[in-house]
Amino acid sequence: MFKKIGKKTEKLIVLAIAMVMVLGFGLTSVSAAEYPKRPITLVCPWGAGGGTDAVSRILATLLKKELGVPVNVVNRTGGGGAIGHTAMATAKSDGYTIGMPTVEITMMHWMGLTKITYRDMTPICMVNFDPSGINVLTDSPWKTYKDLENYVRDNPGKLKDSGTGYGGIWHLAMAGWLKAIGLSPKAIKWIPSKGAAPALQDLMAGGIEMSTCSLPEAATLIEAGRVRPLAIMADKRDPKFPDVPTLKEMGINWSCGAWRGIAAPKGTSSQIVAVLEKALAKVNKSDDFIKFMNNRGYGLYWLDSRSFAKALTEADDANGKIMKAAGIIK
Amino acid sequence: MMLEHIYTAISLIAQPYVLLVIAMSAFYGLFVGAIPGLTATMATALLVPVTFFMDTVPALAAIVTMEAMAIFAGDIPGALVRIPGTPSSAAYVGESYALTQKGRAGFVLGVDVTVAAIGGLIGAIILILLAPMLAEVAMKFTSFEYFWLACIGLSCAVLVTKGSLIKGMVSLLIGLFMTTVGVDITLGFPRFTFGVTDFLNGFNFIPAMIGMFGVSEVMRNVSSSDLSFKIVSVKTKKIFAGIGRTVRKYKLNVARSGIVGTFVGILPGAGADIAAWIAYALSKKFSKEPEKYGTGHIEGIVDAGTANNAALGGAWVPALVFGIPGASLTAIVIGVLFMKGLRPGPMIFQQTPEILYAVYVTFILANVILIPFGVMAIKAGNQMLRVPRNMLMPAILMFCIVGSFAINNTAFDVGIMLGTGVLAYFMEANDIPVAPAVLGLVLGRLLEDSFMVSMIKSEWDLTVFFHRPVRAILGGVTIILWSSPFIGVLRARWRRQ
Repeated sequence: MFKKIGKKTEKLIVLAIAMVMVLGFGLTSVSAAEYPKRPITLVCPWGAGGGTDAVSRILATLLKKELGVPVNVVNRTGGGGAIGHTAMATAKSDGYTIGMPTVEITMMHWMGLTKITYRDMTPICMVNFDPSGINVLTDSPWKTYKDLENYVRDNPGKLKDSGTGYGGIWHLAMAGWLKAIGLSPKAIKWIPSKGAAPALQDLMAGGIEMSTCSLPEAATLIEAGRVRPLAIMADKRDPKFPDVPTLKEMGINWSCGAWRGIAAPKGTSSQIVAVLEKALAKVNKSDDFIKFMNNRGYGLYWLDSRSFAKALTEADDANGKIMKAAGIIK
Repeated sequence: MMLEHIYTAISLIAQPYVLLVIAMSAFYGLFVGAIPGLTATMATALLVPVTFFMDTVPALAAIVTMEAMAIFAGDIPGALVRIPGTPSSAAYVGESYALTQKGRAGFVLGVDVTVAAIGGLIGAIILILLAPMLAEVAMKFTSFEYFWLACIGLSCAVLVTKGSLIKGMVSLLIGLFMTTVGVDITLGFPRFTFGVTDFLNGFNFIPAMIGMFGVSEVMRNVSSSDLSFKIVSVKTKKIFAGIGRTVRKYKLNVARSGIVGTFVGILPGAGADIAAWIAYALSKKFSKEPEKYGTGHIEGIVDAGTANNAALGGAWVPALVFGIPGASLTAIVIGVLFMKGLRPGPMIFQQTPEILYAVYVTFILANVILIPFGVMAIKAGNQMLRVPRNMLMPAILMFCIVGSFAINNTAFDVGIMLGTGVLAYFMEANDIPVAPAVLGLVLGRLLEDSFMVSMIKSEWDLTVFFHRPVRAILGGVTIILWSSPFIGVLRARWRRQ
């Protein structure tokens, strides 16, 4: 008898579960017709452990709170950023795959690494900007920016600079700066490296004389008194390094830096862009994000969808010209 | 003063919450390390959003514990099914698997966990006592020194090869050739990509490694007509017998590899995987019975197993002293320190010594608890050997696929894994060893980058490779290593006359 009831109840339970599930799914699809209703993937074009990875992970964590759905960071690395940028540009434009493009999107296609450009994406916002610095060793003979400039003028081709790979953003920063002061972009030799950390190590070891990486990247060595920042290539001074002058102040019309933003594939609907833009604007102003960026020393920045698109068009054009002038591309 | 800091550090660690975090990260690390494709670096990156909501001490303790566990746990699948769980175990999977086939899985892994703990402690002690001094030395390495280091590393291929030297060279060149695919980092030029975006990244090392060791083994098992499959006897009682004696017998090896491993770890650009290769090769070079290597001889495992865990402590040296990562994993550590408002560098030694000492105490604690936690993992893992082969092999293949997909979330890497697996199967079927190819994959990029960068710096002046004492010594060692076989032949001929 117990067995009989058992079987019956079992069937009833199965039926009840099935009904609840059908109802449940039916209801959710009705009540949550709006975006987003399932997890979002955030493509990070750089490796786990780097700066872009850290920014995308904190953004994802905070965006989850805003949107109420999980936001998963997926690292798609390699090819100097080409693979990750391609992945975010060629994903389905349903708003469930977004990405964190970096400054390389305006440079890689000039190098011939990929056909993907910023035009294959829908810009949503820019969240961070770090200008290039000009860093030398503290015990080097160059005490001020002028010392260095004069030395380069008198000894073209003698100094070695590094910070990233060939044709990377810090290479471009150096080339544009030299062009702005009327020197050949080859007046300083560019030594390719895998990034700012190995370049700074080479600087310490005496393999190179200077590094045009950003100040947050060199912050530890600056504070340890090993590296001296001579100038930054920005419009205004960095509040964390108020003693470091900008090139603008010295009458040199050149600013350049690395940025990070959020973009969706091309053709993403304007409603989705609006939802993401609003949520990201809130994240950008949240205490957690500000605290994170300040602790890491990254420059907080905000450009909305429209201004970001405009900035991309201008930067893409300008970078192409400088890369040509510097002989980085033919 | 120092005692006071140690006391504060211990009181910071000995909190129920911190100890719970340590225990949980230990399980997490063992799990991640034992699954091929999930590396310690990736696991740490996944921990970062979690650590954001933790205090500094538990956050750092979680990372330290996790990495020690993960690097050891990589040995478990290596010994049981010949797939290294993390790249750091690649140097000696062949050796440990050979011992497993003799029914000594428990013994290999028992030795592994013991020497891993000792190696980790050696690394930690060197970190504690000599960090600032050693960091200064490591910071003197430029591209020239790294070039020689890569050359010395490649020479290990000769030593890790069993059998024909020519076939070992063929294998090494296959590995080196594979690293030429993709964007060349010095000039940004895409090579052998045929316009396919996925090829820009080249052959990702981890899927290739999983394929070469794992898939080829599955294929060999499946294609073997011998159905008896040498049923591996699993001892359930006293699986750890003889470990203490072995470790005591090779105590000098442990000491040597602990020091070598730590120093390789300190160098930014060389990590636990390269440490294991170098320690293994040194072991064979100085062994009294080098002929036994490759046939299931524990000595090489003792050395390499010590060195990779010792390298972990080493990697923290430049990270703490200069904020320059010793390996990709410590790059994340630096990020976490920044996030907590701490700047790595000389200041951290003066401003927040209690945090620093808390890291030290965790290093010691993590390596001490490595033994009980590791033994648990080994006992769980050993059960796998009872699974019939016809059920185990498909499961291994599935893990290979999941692992190679997980590393970069792309089906292309699964293709690489399968392709290199087939390649390795045919290589081994023709007595071409796989280990030198994997070594070539590890060192190929370092070799090329350091050579090209050096040449750009010196404008193709080759004498610069000998300009400073350190690089001249390293260069001299390389030349002696490479010319010694020829000198040997000449001497033998001269004696005969």
